[in-house]
Amino acid sequence: MDKAAIIGIGMTKIEARRDDWTFADMAFEATRKALDDAGLTINDIDNVITTSNDFWDGRTISCMAVGDASGASDKNVSCVEGDGTFGAFYGLARTLSGSYGTTLVTGHSKGSQSVSSLITNAAFDPIYERTLGLDMISACALQANAYMHRTGVTAEQCAAVSVKNHGNAMKNPMQQLGMKITEKDVLKSEMISDPLRKLDCSPVSDGCCAIIIANESRAGKSKKKPVWIKGASMCADAYFLGDRDLSRAKSLTAAAKKAFSMAGIINPEKEIDVAEVYDAFGYQELMWLEAMGLCGDGEAAKLLGEGHLDIGGTMPVNPSGGLMAGHPVIAAGLYRIAEVVKQIRGEAGKYQVKKADIGLAQGVNGLCGQSHCVWILGKDR
Amino acid sequence: MSDIFKGVEPMVLKSKINVPYHWWAGDTASKFLVALRDGQAITGTRCVKCRKVYVPPRKSCPVCFNAETEWVDLSGEGTVVTFTVTRRQRAALQGKAPVIFALIKLDGADTAMLHRLGGVKPEDVKIGMRVKAVFAGERKARVQDIEHFTPVK
Repeated sequence: MDKAAIIGIGMTKIEARRDDWTFADMAFEATRKALDDAGLTINDIDNVITTSNDFWDGRTISCMAVGDASGASDKNVSCVEGDGTFGAFYGLARTLSGSYGTTLVTGHSKGSQSVSSLITNAAFDPIYERTLGLDMISACALQANAYMHRTGVTAEQCAAVSVKNHGNAMKNPMQQLGMKITEKDVLKSEMISDPLRKLDCSPVSDGCCAIIIANESRAGKSKKKPVWIKGASMCADAYFLGDRDLSRAKSLTAAAKKAFSMAGIINPEKEIDVAEVYDAFGYQELMWLEAMGLCGDGEAAKLLGEGHLDIGGTMPVNPSGGLMAGHPVIAAGLYRIAEVVKQIRGEAGKYQVKKADIGLAQGVNGLCGQSHCVWILGKDR
Repeated sequence: MSDIFKGVEPMVLKSKINVPYHWWAGDTASKFLVALRDGQAITGTRCVKCRKVYVPPRKSCPVCFNAETEWVDLSGEGTVVTFTVTRRQRAALQGKAPVIFALIKLDGADTAMLHRLGGVKPEDVKIGMRVKAVFAGERKARVQDIEHFTPVK
């Protein structure tokens, strides 16, 4: 792969209900911050990718409605429907095509404006499944049960993810829901859909994140040291839940393998210094880590219990607090990329990990992790 | 709240996205739905190349990308692969919580189908449990023509 780097990041503070801002207001702020971060003006941006979802936005062709606020006026702008990591992947491909020296990628959503249960229900097949009445939480509860049944991981162990990530978020001023809780609090919280309790689930959130990707020659012109893209890959599993082994994430295994190979990583468990993964639910952090080979199958809970995944641990996971403390759908994966950039730059403040030369960011699209996008970022070219 | 608006009265425009839509089921799903309605029978498709049996049926094999499939009749009995009991009255739920959802692998099928369980207490449901389809009295060629799956006694 030719070289490309992330040279600017901008995030809005993730909030439960940002009712003083429209989508475009959020996109403008995130874009403004990313440009300032890179030391560029909008004239330095060669093309723009916006990432959005029409149902969440309550309008059709939603991506075009934030184009102006993303600085896309009079520029080549294109859109991705799905998680921000997938928008960023398209942005990377455009940069590497040679046609554009810089690509700005934004991802936004406002969960507060709609009803997530109805919107995620509409992701199910309308002929065979939708009218049964499932949504993202009940679907992921099916997956959590399958995963726990296969591995023997317990509800207490999954609760520890929530405790860690909500705790980490207290150190991150951009997060929505930092709080000090115990496993007992999680296990006492309302059972929404067995085995998922309220505190096993990420919150509904509003937020927008922007990143700027540059090719090798333009990367040198940014204000800060570029963070290099060492590998990026995605892979999808079957659409129907019943076609998959829900207790495993084989598409994530494939995406991670490819991304590691691009980055020349032989032993991910040892070589990845920090990971920001898509913990929409507590069990998912464990399951995704195992699927990526960042630990053995069924072993993530043990590592977590021993403190290895803490900010000061041997392999910090979601030091930012992850999705558990703020889940702006669509933008969420871009936040993961931006948080890894902060770690590699040494800008993560109170949640800075000791060593962050190589980091991993993961995004998910589809029900129960149908599709995954894995990014490997590094300090050195 | 008041300070972020700096004295401006916050306005909310309430609306609903509500667009009529017709899902043409296609010949494969139509055949499946008609079999539910008229025969109280669950059918699937087998890929003639990889021999994988899909329930609900597919027109082509998503794994080996083969267009040729043949119809298979299933007994309506199978095994619970995984389940959940939705206890909060989520907006998408049809009916009153708690509702038990499950993935059920019918005997002879290679994929599991999504449906509800009934006639069983939530605490008695187990992965690996044997269940069978219970058909609705009034059937309209919908997945709800299977009222639910219930434990095999």
